[in-house]
Amino acid sequence: MMMLEITNLHATVGGPDNPTPILKGLTLHVPAGEIHAIMGPNGAGKSTLANVLGGKPGYDVTAGSVTFNGQDLLSLEPHERAAAGLFLGFQYPVEIPGVSNVQFLREALNAQRKARGEEPLSGGEFLKLAKDKAALLQMDMDMLKRQVNVGFSGGEKKRAEMVQMGILGPHFAVLDETDSGLDIDALRIVGAGINSIMRSPDKAVLLITHYQRLLDVVKPDKVSVLADGRIVETGGPELALRLEAEGYDAVMA
Amino acid sequence: MTLATLPTRRDEAWRYADMDGLARLGVAALDQWQAIDVGAGESVTRCLIVGSDAPELHRFRVTLGEGARAAFFVTNAGQDYTRVEMEIRLAKGAHFEFGGVTIGGGDATREFVTKVIHAEPEATSNQTVRAVHWNTGTGNFLGEIRVTRHAQKTDAAQDFKALLLEAGASANAVPQLEIFADDVKCAHGATVGELDEAARFYMMARGLDPATAQRLLVQAFIGDAFVALDDADEHARLLDAALSALEGARL
Repeated sequence: MMMLEITNLHATVGGPDNPTPILKGLTLHVPAGEIHAIMGPNGAGKSTLANVLGGKPGYDVTAGSVTFNGQDLLSLEPHERAAAGLFLGFQYPVEIPGVSNVQFLREALNAQRKARGEEPLSGGEFLKLAKDKAALLQMDMDMLKRQVNVGFSGGEKKRAEMVQMGILGPHFAVLDETDSGLDIDALRIVGAGINSIMRSPDKAVLLITHYQRLLDVVKPDKVSVLADGRIVETGGPELALRLEAEGYDAVMA
Repeated sequence: MTLATLPTRRDEAWRYADMDGLARLGVAALDQWQAIDVGAGESVTRCLIVGSDAPELHRFRVTLGEGARAAFFVTNAGQDYTRVEMEIRLAKGAHFEFGGVTIGGGDATREFVTKVIHAEPEATSNQTVRAVHWNTGTGNFLGEIRVTRHAQKTDAAQDFKALLLEAGASANAVPQLEIFADDVKCAHGATVGELDEAARFYMMARGLDPATAQRLLVQAFIGDAFVALDDADEHARLLDAALSALEGARL
């Protein structure tokens, strides 16, 4: 079954008065069970794609469609997209002073469950779940009691993103450069976390990255090259290796 | 002493006051000072929730003896002009702690006016005020710190932050430091800002609806004012009173 269908997507930034086109007819279909890597040069529109899928304010879709599990994704508010099972892993996770991870994630998870007509988790149930997922990412539970991302190093923020993903249990994850800012050990831990949480016949991942090294751990089923707002090539894992060896110019020529 | 007339906005301490609200209170209200004497070495903590649909004026005159401590925590959520004034006099080594929140919409003015007099050496004071307003609501903090010539080793701090949820809301901060001693620490800061949209989107991307995301962010913002309040029940009472004002908000 096709989980995410992006068809001829056009998007601009800068508002209606001063629009700059970034996505220029992007088409991409991701079925359940697939991990699909997106690579591409700086400025190609990778983060814009992630932000448009997440519903971030400031991006205007001017043409095309995005269907998620048969639903019109673009008509949903960001929190409705989350409740529908979409998770956006941020390139730069946001610090929220004064709000603890535990409170934030419990409220977020229970808001999603409520929107889906499910019972909320009790404090005890939630803490058990959080503990399991934190352990998976080798993150100390004490860190989850601290304020959201405040005082976390770049690597800790990315690991915390994956703990959040584990707790929220999405169907589909859009991970925007989750590997940036990670050292080699943290990269392995985060990669293993993605595999453990998302590698499943009924889940899928759009993995936006610049580097092969994450793909050594999270082995993609498909690799697409995004350049100048479009998917210009799609292949298997060997495409990423070719890009790494020859560069974008050679592959796209 | 009874004042024959109401103050005007030319009086520094009434500069941003709602004079119409004050007139409805009447001259007599100005005479109603609550005097609190805290003896040497003693400690007093007061938690207040003020505000109704009528104008209110609360005036406190607190005298702190040597080594005494007074802590006031106030949620000011009036729907009409609501003013809380504190005049504090600190003896040697005393401490004054103040945490205040003004919160609300409509077109009401809510304000804290403090006058902290460090009369003797080695006293400390710390004031943290947070303001959250919407519609055409206003939050004011007029904070005067006076350090007398003998009050060496004074350590006084004052911190004001306002969060304006809509374009029509406003906040006024008037720090006024008069320092006559030469070996003192006096810190003050004031900022006015909007809700952190990046944080709000982050929260929504995790599944929180806009109102819940806003409530969490406001809760975090005003939390600073009550950090020094150890009593968990009182802490929750003050916070709930502030947040329930937000729940009724028509933004």
